[in-house]
Amino acid sequence: MAEIKFEEALKKLEKIVEDLEKGDLSLDEALKKYQEGIELSRSCAQKLESAKKKIELLGKNKKGEFELKPLDEEKLEE
Amino acid sequence: MSSMSEHASDLFAQAESSKNAKRIYTVSQITQDIKLVLENTFGEIWVEGEVSNFSASAAGHLYFSLKDDLAILAGVMFARASKDVKFKIENGLKIVCCGRIAVYGPRSQYQIIIERLEPKGIGSLQLALEQLKQRLEKEGLFAQEHKKPIPYLPARIGVVTSLQGAAVKDILKVLDRRFRDVEIIIIPVKVQGEGAKEEIAQAIKDFNGFNHGLALADRIEVLIVGRGGGSIEDLWAFNEEVVARAIYASKIPVISAVGHERDWTIADLVADVRAATPSVAAELVIPKKEDLQEAVYDVGVRLRRAFLDNTGRFAEAIDDALHRLGLGTQHLCALSAGRLDTLVKKLALLNPIAQIQQYQLKIMDMARQASVRIDHFLAMKDSQFTKAVERLAGLSPLNILSRGYSITFRMSAEEIVRDATQVSIGEKIKTRLHQGYLISQVTEVDRDGGD
Repeated sequence: MAEIKFEEALKKLEKIVEDLEKGDLSLDEALKKYQEGIELSRSCAQKLESAKKKIELLGKNKKGEFELKPLDEEKLEE
Repeated sequence: MSSMSEHASDLFAQAESSKNAKRIYTVSQITQDIKLVLENTFGEIWVEGEVSNFSASAAGHLYFSLKDDLAILAGVMFARASKDVKFKIENGLKIVCCGRIAVYGPRSQYQIIIERLEPKGIGSLQLALEQLKQRLEKEGLFAQEHKKPIPYLPARIGVVTSLQGAAVKDILKVLDRRFRDVEIIIIPVKVQGEGAKEEIAQAIKDFNGFNHGLALADRIEVLIVGRGGGSIEDLWAFNEEVVARAIYASKIPVISAVGHERDWTIADLVADVRAATPSVAAELVIPKKEDLQEAVYDVGVRLRRAFLDNTGRFAEAIDDALHRLGLGTQHLCALSAGRLDTLVKKLALLNPIAQIQQYQLKIMDMARQASVRIDHFLAMKDSQFTKAVERLAGLSPLNILSRGYSITFRMSAEEIVRDATQVSIGEKIKTRLHQGYLISQVTEVDRDGGD
């Protein structure tokens, strides 16, 4: 839960809302979903405040496999 | 035809007679002379005309004629020269060619050997672009129905551009300004010059290949392919067919972002979305923080409403159930009460206590009746007794005394005198009267006396 990305959390949240809006859940499920939804919406709000940017380079290693390397932004400043 | 050749031979005859030397050429000689005259006279020339009879050899040599309303000039462009031609030569095309006139003896032919050519009117790049555009359009590469939607809020964005260019900086600036929880993955490529088109196309393929090995949630959801501004030649790689085809084949939606607003490349036409600049491309996929805050808020509102709707439904159901349960209970109670009553009654009938009580009641009743009878009996006896007592009392001597009778006792023996012989003369006797006593002395005894 801690590592969920914002958009993933928001998508999940939207799915939960859709499920609830369909309205064919048992009371138990509805409660569970609601609780989960509240947690997700909190985590979304938090993510908006505390997101870190992540920039990587995609290349291939000697074996020809894909490899992600972090990009040093300083290098871009020439 | 014959008159014309006669006319020509007349001219030659005049020329020869005037120079007074009659020279007879061999075919080769005259051809050689013509070749020298033509090739030396014209050197490098520019000729404009319309292409006809176009054909290309497997080796890349191009054969065609240039013509106008009155004449036709054969031409050839060898492969070493034709490889630099950006656009496609086709019949009817008006071109300007640069080349030299050459004579081909074996066929009695002269022709122009073309080194360079340009379309007439517009630049060759422009023409090439137009031609490629038409061809790709015919193939359906720009078709609207092939365009994929750009995802809202992609978690991972792939970028195909040069690390040295302005595009990457612009994109990262947008990221800083907007929402940062987006992963940017860059494949650095040359965006101009030799090899640029191949690198760009390969990078698009690589992103798709990279995605192939990833879980759905980790996939790159959108590509930005582009570069900053430059001359039309600088942007040319984005007009290349290989790039267009790579964009078309991409499973990942592609946003093109080449140069400035005014620059339209083929990449822009094939891309799922064309952004005027790299910054605009980034803005298309990196949302504003405020927008997201609003979205989170909205979804939160929806969540609460949906939940309340759900629970409201349950509350209704519960109400309903309770209501029905209530009715049911009442009904059940009523039913039970009725049954209970019957049962109790039945039970009561069976209960020995009740029987005992009944007997008790009977006994009590009997006892009561008995007591009444006894009382009655007693009362009766009592009155009988009283009467008896009264009668008895009537029988008492004392009561007889009141009627004038008296009782006489012997003084000595306390014995009632019933026979005169009991007493002797001179003896004292005591007489009990109704009131008081008399003490007397017997003076006479008459045994036979009576009333």
